[in-house]
Amino acid sequence: MRSQRYAVVVGCGRLGARLANHLSRDGDSVVAIDTGESAFDKLSPDFSGFRLQGDATLMAVLREARLDKADILVATTREDNVNLMVAQVAREIFGVQRVLARLFDPKREAAYERLGIETICPTTLASEAFLRAIEGPFGSRKEGRS
Amino acid sequence: MKVLIAGGGKTLYFLCRSFAAKGYEVVVVNRDRGECGQLARELRATVVCGDGSDASVLADAGARSADVVLAITPNDQDNLVICQLASLLYDVPRTVALANDPDNAEVFQRLGVTSFSTTQVVGNMIQQRAALEQITNLLPVGEGRVLVTELVLDSSSPVVGRRLADATLPVDALVAVVIRGSEAIVPKGGSILEDGDRVVLVTLPEHHGDALRTLTGERG
Repeated sequence: MRSQRYAVVVGCGRLGARLANHLSRDGDSVVAIDTGESAFDKLSPDFSGFRLQGDATLMAVLREARLDKADILVATTREDNVNLMVAQVAREIFGVQRVLARLFDPKREAAYERLGIETICPTTLASEAFLRAIEGPFGSRKEGRS
Repeated sequence: MKVLIAGGGKTLYFLCRSFAAKGYEVVVVNRDRGECGQLARELRATVVCGDGSDASVLADAGARSADVVLAITPNDQDNLVICQLASLLYDVPRTVALANDPDNAEVFQRLGVTSFSTTQVVGNMIQQRAALEQITNLLPVGEGRVLVTELVLDSSSPVVGRRLADATLPVDALVAVVIRGSEAIVPKGGSILEDGDRVVLVTLPEHHGDALRTLTGERG
């Protein structure tokens, strides 16, 4: 079994909560951060990590999350700019090794690649998946069933 | 000089007005349609309605030919991204972000974006309790590591009528220029300071208060 990692998930929406649940179930130590208390309702009953209510663009909140000890940070709030700011702060100021940000805007994704920020863009992913499905029926079937 | 400002409210309005008065070409980017209409009516500026952190809105606002981009929205994350996109995508030579949270002023600097915090600037001024009314200008330079202050000496000042060398200024404080009437003098140790002199003082922040007290006599 691999050693336990410390992961901070910013934004506890559908994606953030899903990731937090997964990582926690896999044995990682997880802190989920969201501005709204009710967001944590989406965490599963067996989620064994911490819930931290607060605004992740404030340094105080990130310090409270012990970001300096984190191995992983995933920024999944619905605001691209929050994700970009939190990701950069995590990498440059808290020295987190693995930093990922969700970005809806593909143009922003291209720009921040140049700054070395690793991003995942649902818009790009979905459009690629759609195009594959349109172009090749066999390829798409394999993708969908895997 | 072409200045692109993203934000809204009174700060933006008065900044634009003063830039326009200086003859700068001003472009405003604001998300609120209603406020855009009002700004367009009241200002001599091009107003673009949209999200300044959207690359295509920046392009529409002419970021490519802008000399300066100022991001002064109430959201720090937006200000950071606006400045970064402007310099990454459109090679804008100077960008400045407002840090609403004073902690973020340092954060932005470390991420390579020039920033300022109104809270810090005002807070510093109040902390430097000495003779606020005699200070006519205060300019932090080098990310606030150096302060350039312009102040007026009046008859109550203990250094008036004395040689500059005898004014026991703290270390790391320098009287760079004395403006007397229409004349600007670079003083030497033997220069005599006079009532009504406008003094340009360069200090490190740690010794700023002491230096001001030495020159104005204020106990603070």
